[in-house]
Amino acid sequence: MNKPSFVYVTYIRSTPEKIWDAITDVKIAGQYWGGGCHVNVSDWKAGSKWEHQRNDGSGVADIVGTVIESNRPGRLAITWASPSGADDPEKTSRVVFEIEPHKDDVVRLTVTHSELEPGSEMLAGITHGWPLVLSSLKSFLETGKVVPK
Amino acid sequence: MDVSKFKPNTVYVTYIACTPERVWQALTDPAFTRQYFGGLAVDVEPREGGAFFLRYPDGRVHMSGRVIAWSPPHRFSCTWLVEGVPDFRELPECLVTYEIEQASGAVKLTMTEAHSWPVPDAILAGGRAGWPAILSSLKSMLETGKPLEIKMAPPEGMMEAVKQAVAAKAWVE
Repeated sequence: MNKPSFVYVTYIRSTPEKIWDAITDVKIAGQYWGGGCHVNVSDWKAGSKWEHQRNDGSGVADIVGTVIESNRPGRLAITWASPSGADDPEKTSRVVFEIEPHKDDVVRLTVTHSELEPGSEMLAGITHGWPLVLSSLKSFLETGKVVPK
Repeated sequence: MDVSKFKPNTVYVTYIACTPERVWQALTDPAFTRQYFGGLAVDVEPREGGAFFLRYPDGRVHMSGRVIAWSPPHRFSCTWLVEGVPDFRELPECLVTYEIEQASGAVKLTMTEAHSWPVPDAILAGGRAGWPAILSSLKSMLETGKPLEIKMAPPEGMMEAVKQAVAAKAWVE
């Protein structure tokens, strides 16, 4: 059965390094991801674990995975699963961030989320979530403010 | 017009920190579209059934269509035919719908491009490359006052796919 993908492209007035850091740096991501509710925690080396943790001091991870590829600032690839599905390949999807200079001070960010389970809550969740998170990341880098909740 | 035969093939959602009225204005006022929509000026009769054009700076028509839904500031839908490019003008028109919703303190803008025939991916690639660029520039313009300069070019294989579809009249059942 065909595993669906979700692709989101956005153009941001920033630098590839700032976009990379906004995705991977706990201090920055916590300001805009999920309305300030989550941070991405990892040392971002290929083979390392990463976790999408609640930003409330609890350390609880709502999404977990492994870093597959890490090439700052151009390409980051990770696996993605809820903690209950982390050992099940059927429930593990893949996210690739491609950060490419476009023209002058404009950078193109492409997020490809693939190998999703057809009809799953995860597919519905990320289809809603990526535009929201990436819109907020763009606003944060361009204006210093997050999209208001 | 029977819009039920149009199936959505490309959907782009973005959240913008401003008001629905400002987003509506940005989509329907030529002073705004010239800045972020590849230099094209929108020219629309503001009513259902009204004529709709996107014009080059010299006034020539790039795109023409008809307004299907006009409900400021929340829903604007029109047919869309690229008249200004050879071969493209032979294709059936598509349907572009903008939905503008209040989402807490921001606006959720959803653009849907829908078609009445099974469009090959190589042709859909045009919209899939173009809309993120146009709507990213719209968002930057509304939030920072400055649109983005984005290089737009037809994706590889798109022009050829359009020629093939026209030659085969791929939409005729």
